[in-house]
Amino acid sequence: MAELDKNDGSMDATPNVTDVVAVDAADETAAVAAIEAPVERGEPILQVRNLVKHFPLSQGILFKRQVGAVKAVDGVSFDLYQGETLGIVGESGCGKSTVARLLMALETATSGEVFYKGQDITRLSGRALKAVRRNIQMVFQDPYTSLNPRMTVGDIIGEPFDIHPEVAPKGDRRAKVQELLDVVGLNPEYINRYPHQFSGGQRQRIGIARGLALNPEIIICDEPVSALDVSVQAQVINLMEKLQDEFNLSYVFIAHDLSIVRHISDRVGVMYLGKMAEIGTDAEIYDHPTHPYTQALLSAVPVPDPEARERGERIILTGDVPSPANPPSGCRFRTRCWKAQDKCSTELPLLAVPERFKGSDSPAAHESACHFAEEKDIVGAAS
Amino acid sequence: MTIMDKTADIPAPRAGGPDDARLLEVRDLHVEFHTRDGVAKAVNGVNYSVDSGETLAVLGESGSGKSVTAQAIMGILDMPPGKIPQGQILYRGQDMLTMSNEERRKIRGQKIAMIFQDALSSLNPVLSVGYQLGEMFRVHQGLSKKQAKAKAIELMERVKIPAAKQRVSDYPHQFSGGMRQRIMIAMALALEPDLIIADEPTTALDVTVQAQVMDLLKELQTEFNMGLILITHDLGVVADVADKIAVMYAGRIVETAPVHELYKRPAHPYTRGLLDSIPRLDQKGQELYAIKGLPPNLLKIPSGCAFNPRCPKAEDICRTEIPALVPVSEQDGSELPGRGSACHFWKETIHG
Amino acid sequence: MPDATKTETETEAVADATAAPSAATGKTQDKPRSLWGDAWFDLRHRPMFWISSILLLTLLIVAAFPGLFTSADPSDGDLTNHFLTKPELGHFFQPDWFGYDGQGRSIYARVIYGTRASIMVGVGVTAAVTLVGGLLGMLAGYFGGWLDSIISRVTDIFFGIPFLLGAMVVLNSFTDRKVYVVILALAFLGWTSICRVMRASVITAKQADYVTAARALGAGTSRILFRHVLPNALAPTIVVATIALGGYISAEATLSFLGLGLGEPTISWGIDIAQGSQAIRDNPHALLFPAGMLSLTVFAFIMLGDAVRDALDPKLR
Repeated sequence: MAELDKNDGSMDATPNVTDVVAVDAADETAAVAAIEAPVERGEPILQVRNLVKHFPLSQGILFKRQVGAVKAVDGVSFDLYQGETLGIVGESGCGKSTVARLLMALETATSGEVFYKGQDITRLSGRALKAVRRNIQMVFQDPYTSLNPRMTVGDIIGEPFDIHPEVAPKGDRRAKVQELLDVVGLNPEYINRYPHQFSGGQRQRIGIARGLALNPEIIICDEPVSALDVSVQAQVINLMEKLQDEFNLSYVFIAHDLSIVRHISDRVGVMYLGKMAEIGTDAEIYDHPTHPYTQALLSAVPVPDPEARERGERIILTGDVPSPANPPSGCRFRTRCWKAQDKCSTELPLLAVPERFKGSDSPAAHESACHFAEEKDIVGAAS
Repeated sequence: MTIMDKTADIPAPRAGGPDDARLLEVRDLHVEFHTRDGVAKAVNGVNYSVDSGETLAVLGESGSGKSVTAQAIMGILDMPPGKIPQGQILYRGQDMLTMSNEERRKIRGQKIAMIFQDALSSLNPVLSVGYQLGEMFRVHQGLSKKQAKAKAIELMERVKIPAAKQRVSDYPHQFSGGMRQRIMIAMALALEPDLIIADEPTTALDVTVQAQVMDLLKELQTEFNMGLILITHDLGVVADVADKIAVMYAGRIVETAPVHELYKRPAHPYTRGLLDSIPRLDQKGQELYAIKGLPPNLLKIPSGCAFNPRCPKAEDICRTEIPALVPVSEQDGSELPGRGSACHFWKETIHG
Repeated sequence: MPDATKTETETEAVADATAAPSAATGKTQDKPRSLWGDAWFDLRHRPMFWISSILLLTLLIVAAFPGLFTSADPSDGDLTNHFLTKPELGHFFQPDWFGYDGQGRSIYARVIYGTRASIMVGVGVTAAVTLVGGLLGMLAGYFGGWLDSIISRVTDIFFGIPFLLGAMVVLNSFTDRKVYVVILALAFLGWTSICRVMRASVITAKQADYVTAARALGAGTSRILFRHVLPNALAPTIVVATIALGGYISAEATLSFLGLGLGEPTISWGIDIAQGSQAIRDNPHALLFPAGMLSLTVFAFIMLGDAVRDALDPKLR
């Protein structure tokens, strides 16, 4: 049993889940069996604990030495429940895309754990990792670079079956691919075409079909609609919601468009410089944000209503996001925060329900990593 | 003033002096690209105008021709494969397309400036920011190196770059995205132009930085009483800064309106569809409204109204007849200044 | 929601009938079009491609079957009758068409028989260089790390050796310089440029999202390398190899001219140019014809390389 308590003191609290039931699999077969076991709706399916990813900065040509590190993800914890959509928002450089790659085991974590059904996927390899890959898939941001331009659509969507031949017998594959094309709303006769013969929205559908091929349980969506035209974005969002219901999927939905995240998410996490600043249900985050960064972010979003900007206070932050190679001490946001005090530079605020809201039923009582968390009347995005 | 004229009603170019003319007026502009697969009609008869101190937002998706129009104005269109078969671009009443190269160069360098989306690739990476800013003054005003540097610092202070004196010798890559966009703005401002064309100036920036940059742009525009053409696909950015809006689709303007009017009562089904597809709180958990289909292929624009295959209101007439951009009026016939719609059924759309 | 599925499908159908994707084309949009197919389509519409291809095809046939083009023996010198005889430009395909050289041999026959050595060296060096350089570049680019450091440093060292000077030094240590010796010597020094190009394009290709997608699916190294990375990294290598081929042919001629390349009795344009240059004042024809042939061949390869590059240029996609 790997319990959370074994970690050091600066760990974030996650009161909504006391600890992780880690299954210590004796061997690969046991691990695969644990991975293939079903999870009840509403139970945690993915549990991220103190995830850290530092990219070393090195100098030298032949003999490289490390001169520092980009702290892309610096201690992030959250849970994903079966059947829900967890939105993750944040600006460029906040580490949200690195989180996606860590959840996919595409990067090796510097430290921390990602428990998928009790198995720490940061430590898996071989057959067990392959089994995880079947169940966690990804949809990419750029539909122009995420499809191999030299393969036909049929080969692209059929590739998962080549890699996991046990999913579909060889003879069925063409029919399976055509079925998938139909599911994502593309003409099944397009199977022999090449990606460049499609528009952006259609390519994104092809990418989604590839992600669905192995019938996964979790899909990590990294900015899945931000490269698409406004009129096509809504189509793709609708498709993703439909597929979630149809195939009982759980989504981690990473985006910078706050109104789309609110529309699709059950819960939302806000990241800043490699840390989770605030996390809660969509209503808690959007209507009752208590972290100053969330408040600034929400009020900075241009609202497609010329009269809305005249209501409420608008916070315009000064300065830029600091470099993740050299983040500020204490609270990462303090250099741009209007409430910052001495305490903020010395003491790292942990992600927890703020003391003053503890035990209250107010929607402000959700996890927020700020020493001075409080509600503020601001212009809301997507309200 | 009305932004729109019907194509047919366009008066012959006036010989009048610069005083009675608009700052910039685009008339019946057409741009096409000759490609291996045929002729792509990127711009098909665009009319718009801007006055000093005014902000015109050109709203459209990729392939709507919004950027191509701007490139035609700036004379940075690749020709060939691009071609301007028809149209006028009038700067204070003079057609830039028929001017001599020398005259045109003068206007485009000093009177009209452009800000691009990607500031990093628009700045020369091997020259210091101060040198690039000062270059304008050395070339156009013949200032000495020292004077030019002083001017560069002044410009950097004006766009609120902190510690301008210390940073003037830094190179573009040493600045953050937001600061680089400020430098681009400083560069555009250097020669105090009458008109700035900003092509998606904040798309590449983070939201919290976006707000800073848009605020700065607005402030400087008021200070210098410049005209601003803001090209964007973001309905939110437009709502924040524009005075009037022109919505483009498949190389045509399909609707024009003052900013408040457009969001309240769109008069074209495309505009309505765009506004409806923004997720709203009361739609949580429901299907989003989505405009069906895909943006048109410019090699094969649908006959009649280009939007007809995607339009919920389309009828036979939409498939055969191209709707002209006509003035939009109130139900009782009273005029709605500045409003126009290129839809056969605009009455049903705005009043229905 | 079965209804939703239906609407979506209909939507696409409608959209496609009227508004084909902008990247697709008018006439051929209904057919699958691969990128290689597109490049081939593009090539077919370039006169430069056809001119160079016909030229090269002819040269290949000449190299394979020189006997078909001349009845004369290129080694048969008749000093008494033909010493430096002027060309008879009207006598097409006759032994005296290009005149005779300083040893009374038919220049036309020598030009025809010399083609083989040049083409063999050019094609041989290119094949060897592409194989070795391409493989090393692919490994360095894909695996990176210490392997990349080692390969890159070795490449730098070889890159630092002047190509011709290096080849001269290497060849000087051989007394019997057959075609394969020249090929090996040139390939030994020439693999670096292909290696660098391949390494760069593999690095670009391996960072693409489709490679990440394949990894996320659990694809193994060989699948990623040969199905995703290599097909997308090949184009620049093909272009560089085609253009370099002409260069290797002229390198061979240069070495032979200096007496360090192919030696008698092999017939080579370089040797003939060397001999022809001794009588250049009074009898320029002995130099002109082999030199012209050499230029034409090099030119044809470079022209083909240019056409291929334009067709494969990823910026057009």
